Amino acid sequence: MTIVEKILARAGGKKKVIPNEIVMAKVDVAMSHENADVVLKSFQEIGVKKVWDPEKIVILFDHRVPAESEKTATTHKRIREFVREQGIKHFYDLKEGICHQILPEFGHCRPGEVLVGTDSHTTTHGAFGTFATGIGGTEMAGVWATGELWLKVPESIKIIVKGKFRKYVSAKDLILYIIGQLKADGADYKSVEFCGPAISEMSIASRMVLTNLSMEMGAKNAFILPDEKTIEFVKSTTSKPFEVVLPDKDAEYLETLEYDVSDLPPQIACPHSVDNVKPVREVAGLKIHQVLIGSCTNGRLEDLAVAAEILEGKKIHPDVRLLVIPASRKVYLEALKAGYIEIFLKAGALILNPGCGPCLGAHQGLLAAGEVCVSTTNRNFKGRMGSPDSFIYLTSPATAAKSALTGEITEPL
Amino acid sequence: MIKGRVYKFGDNINTDDIYPGRYLSITTDREEMAKHCFELAYPDFLKTARPGDIIVAGKNFGCGSSREQAATCLKYFGISVVIAESFARIFYRNAINLGLPILIAPGITKRVEHGDMLEVDLEKGIVKNLRTNDEIKTIPLPSFILEILSEGGLVPYLRKKLGSGEKGGNK
Repeated sequence: MTIVEKILARAGGKKKVIPNEIVMAKVDVAMSHENADVVLKSFQEIGVKKVWDPEKIVILFDHRVPAESEKTATTHKRIREFVREQGIKHFYDLKEGICHQILPEFGHCRPGEVLVGTDSHTTTHGAFGTFATGIGGTEMAGVWATGELWLKVPESIKIIVKGKFRKYVSAKDLILYIIGQLKADGADYKSVEFCGPAISEMSIASRMVLTNLSMEMGAKNAFILPDEKTIEFVKSTTSKPFEVVLPDKDAEYLETLEYDVSDLPPQIACPHSVDNVKPVREVAGLKIHQVLIGSCTNGRLEDLAVAAEILEGKKIHPDVRLLVIPASRKVYLEALKAGYIEIFLKAGALILNPGCGPCLGAHQGLLAAGEVCVSTTNRNFKGRMGSPDSFIYLTSPATAAKSALTGEITEPL
Repeated sequence: MIKGRVYKFGDNINTDDIYPGRYLSITTDREEMAKHCFELAYPDFLKTARPGDIIVAGKNFGCGSSREQAATCLKYFGISVVIAESFARIFYRNAINLGLPILIAPGITKRVEHGDMLEVDLEKGIVKNLRTNDEIKTIPLPSFILEILSEGGLVPYLRKKLGSGEKGGNK
């Protein structure tokens, strides 16, 4: 069996499962952010008084922090009351950061487990060998009530990655390239497994970029096969026991794809879809107005480190606004200690509090009609970050930082 | 049997198109959500679509965010069924869980035009184009999904299953 077949078989209490079989899977971790309010309404309508297990539910605020409106303040208040009432053990109020950074930092990601979240980029946590997928609010209400949900066992695509990245080319460039090849529905309903020497070399943070963005080719979930690095990280964050699940040697895959990153140039996803991917050089020279470095994709310490390396001792272009959003309070503190924050401030950046920032168009730096933003986030849909007549280009932190200096889309080297 | 007029879309209609992120702070007022369907990306929808209309779309309808508002706004607008070449998985599940009927019909965009009248038999999974008399087969829904839909969505389905209805719940 593949890794997804093994995990779902176990979660469904079966010895063996095959693709397209439906299992009732027991959930180990159930995460919601502000949309816990949507979940709450459906949960109350179901009429069950108590959640199935207050220790397995994680709730946090990241999408609109601090509250950008009275409406959101009321939502936050209602959820805090619910958390208290139900005794939800793992609640992270607005100070901690983005859900897809907080879950691993606080020890909620373990190999072999089933994790569901009311956020599409929940696929991120497959970087720890967890089966992790996004669901909607009403479905989560069902999980809160019963602790389980139906899942169709997906077919698997294996992606083997070889080679060594050139300087300033990273996991973001690789996954954008893959999405450009496979397209927005290329992995619809499928489980994606990343493996190979280039993946083994990658840091935990870089691996999370791959699983995070796998959502943008439709993947139900994505895995990095757990190795020593994974185990060491997970053990440093949780004392709860776990069992590493790996695919069998004779596991069957729908497809096996191979990529070599050695000659991969920096990539960019152009408006208005994530699969509209080109080498950066093909759009180089386009004038930009805003640069955003952050998000659940690229707001981690290594992302800030590469941006700081490029921006050190320099000033950003006078026509550009540079927004930097550390993914979490912990990342922010580490960046502060490493001197990155000072470099950003001296270069002319605005540092925002950890959270989703303007990525989903809620607040903190939206775009006017005609404006162009280079962003390290994961979606460039029309109107996503403000005006429907603005333009979002997705890149790596290195390309974003370099473009902030020149005022136009620029290759980092 | 569902009968309605077609409102047609292309491929890869994402959930930001269907329900703009700026309105995600609306979390509980479903009638209010319905006022923002396709508001930024396809502003004509709110001017010309009517309750009872059927959405016909290309591949990967509902890709992107997990926001349930994308399915909720269509349901409360009065869309009677969404038929697409294929769906993104979270939207597909959300629609079922909310009791918004949904059908996968490979090839449908070539056989149906904007404004056509359709007759849809959900249980048999057959779509009839009343303009052309063309009968289009869809991929049948698994029986337990039909059961959730016939109860009106996951909430009423679970209320029945868990016996947690009006009498104050079982727990």
